[in-house]
Amino acid sequence: MRHGTGRGLTRRGCLALLASTFAFPARAASSQLSFEELYSKIGVLGLEFSERVKALGGQTTRMTGFMAPPLRAESSFFVLSKIPMALCPFCSSDADWPEDIVVVYLRKKQTFVQYNAAIAVEGRLEYGSWTDPETGFVSLLRLRDAHFYTI
Amino acid sequence: MRHQWLAAAAALLLPGLASAQTVYPIDRATILSTANFDFKVEFPNVVKHDDIKVLINGQDYEKVFGKKATFIEKEDGANASSLILRDVSIGKPGTYKIEASAGGSPVAVTWEIFGTPDKPKAKNVIFLVADGFSVAHRTGARIMSKGNVQGKAAGRLNLDDLTNMAFVGTSSTDSIAADSANTMSAYMTGQKSAVNALGVYASRAESSLEHPRQETLAELIRRKTKMAVGVVSDAEIQDATPAAVVAHTRRRADKAEIVGMFYDVKPDVVLGGGSAYFLPKSTPGSKRKDETDYIAKFKEAGYALATNADELNKTAREANQSKVLGLFHTGNMDGALDRKFLKKGTVGKFPNQPDLTEMTQAALDVLSRNRDGFFLMVEAALVDKYSHPLDWDRALYDTIMFDKVIGIARDFAAKNPDTLIIVTGDHTHGISIIGTVDDEKPGDEMREKVGTYASAGFPNYKDEDGDGYPDKVDVTRRLAVFSNNFPDYYETFRPKLDNPFVPAVKNEKDQYVANEAYKNIPGAVLRTGNLPRSEDTGVHAVDDMVLQAQGPGAEKISGYMENTDIFRVVTETLALGTSR
Repeated sequence: MRHGTGRGLTRRGCLALLASTFAFPARAASSQLSFEELYSKIGVLGLEFSERVKALGGQTTRMTGFMAPPLRAESSFFVLSKIPMALCPFCSSDADWPEDIVVVYLRKKQTFVQYNAAIAVEGRLEYGSWTDPETGFVSLLRLRDAHFYTI
Repeated sequence: MRHQWLAAAAALLLPGLASAQTVYPIDRATILSTANFDFKVEFPNVVKHDDIKVLINGQDYEKVFGKKATFIEKEDGANASSLILRDVSIGKPGTYKIEASAGGSPVAVTWEIFGTPDKPKAKNVIFLVADGFSVAHRTGARIMSKGNVQGKAAGRLNLDDLTNMAFVGTSSTDSIAADSANTMSAYMTGQKSAVNALGVYASRAESSLEHPRQETLAELIRRKTKMAVGVVSDAEIQDATPAAVVAHTRRRADKAEIVGMFYDVKPDVVLGGGSAYFLPKSTPGSKRKDETDYIAKFKEAGYALATNADELNKTAREANQSKVLGLFHTGNMDGALDRKFLKKGTVGKFPNQPDLTEMTQAALDVLSRNRDGFFLMVEAALVDKYSHPLDWDRALYDTIMFDKVIGIARDFAAKNPDTLIIVTGDHTHGISIIGTVDDEKPGDEMREKVGTYASAGFPNYKDEDGDGYPDKVDVTRRLAVFSNNFPDYYETFRPKLDNPFVPAVKNEKDQYVANEAYKNIPGAVLRTGNLPRSEDTGVHAVDDMVLQAQGPGAEKISGYMENTDIFRVVTETLALGTSR
């Protein structure tokens, strides 16, 4: 195998490429975001995303909170809330949902356990109004390609 | 024999279909003369239009109503026909027998059409509702606010001086129990309905917006008078109780549509929470699924907008202001204990919310400018919203606030004696006071600190600044208040100082379990619930409601009445059964 300059992949380059494919990108360099930092203005006439949220848009972000119970025990998405939620926003269209939530779309399915337990979620932050085509659920903030673990 | 067996089997195989036709309005309905309503007959199977015979006191229905109904051969795709005729009315008071058949045996229902005097007895009606109002709320408010010395109340609530009183039945067409939607709707339309329904009978129509309707009090007032209308609540303004003044839907959860119904009726004064359903979908914080901007629409219709207490007070003072839209929260507003004392709940996010007393005063200031009088509905919604999660202290502080609202209404009536005031709840809760909880009693077990009989003594709340509220809610000897119904929860025997109580949370099995956030509070004990695990909080009681009144028309309030009878008292007092 040829080393250094030249066309094609070197062995080192090949290994580096393999390593980056299989590493969890989130753990390497994620920014912490708390529920208190989400909105710069909360008023009767609407909310405004904070500068921090706008800066973190598209970047790997870590948030801690509680899981609001989803429809199925094994789902690829759930709602992350600041406090344990008494009412599941998905479970009926009647339920209003508070401002302090982030919808988490998991990279792959994970089993949901311990609804009273605090969890940390890492994913790519997305802000702005978006309607989920499958559920019709309208969300303002999302963590994409995410995974979670109990803390 | 065989025919009957087959019919019975067919009924079993097709759940949801009645075995005989159903007529709306239902049997024993009391209907205001000249009031508009929808007439519907649902047949259990497909029938031929020509076979249908509907008689009203022996006459063909087309003659009585003056128009022909729409025949629907297969309603919503089911194998069952219906006849529907919208916006009919009957002018002549009396008993009406409706017989409906389609070849088979007829079904008969009887309606009572009642008339009213020609001239109104009152110029103004102030209708005050504390949602979930139960006897224990008033006893607790009186003890907390005024105290009790050697067995006699040391002061009186405004509630205590209303002249007339009745016990009111709150049951539903489909249950002895009820919710805020159908109970408020009973007051506002004179018709009983199913749980969760507003201004309609619950028929078999699939769409929540297609059920047979009845005119609400606000719609009648708009059509027949030049009175002003005000709707005030500290919940979302599209929540069931304020919605019942204007709405027609089988589903109280149709909050976005209900905002549209407010816009259709355009009450002169609309004050409350729930701005999220007024904002277009693209505005962050909106809960709408469309881009309609109702704040812009109301402004275009000439309304002044207020979004906090300062703006409300300023707007109400402007002499030529006759239309005000006040929205003070995206959701439900906060109650007195959080806004005035603890600063918890969502007070941090919405620091300048008006008190219900300010909202009532502002509404009266604006509405009383109308020379032809007004109808004002004010709801203290949070009495119920705090009673459900067993948060007694917050519920009782808001009962004290409700009593101050009554004081403002009575002050107005003292200067304007042609005012009927009604004070009531919509349904009750299973709440009761059984003594005191005394931290100074020995031991660690909180149940041993519950004082009963002589050992209850008197609580030690203090109101040194004389504002009517205890200066501190977490006193050492406080009221022992319990619910007779509850999910699994941790009983702490103490006020919830950190935030409104959340007794139960959902687990992964879709069941409500005790909220462990309260588990480690010293003395907290787990109580096993007596409700289905699908219930997250206490539920409504079936117990009679106590309704009070004063002013012209109040003399009709006595004994036991159905909540639907209250509509009759108000419409008779306002002479709405004639062309005013």
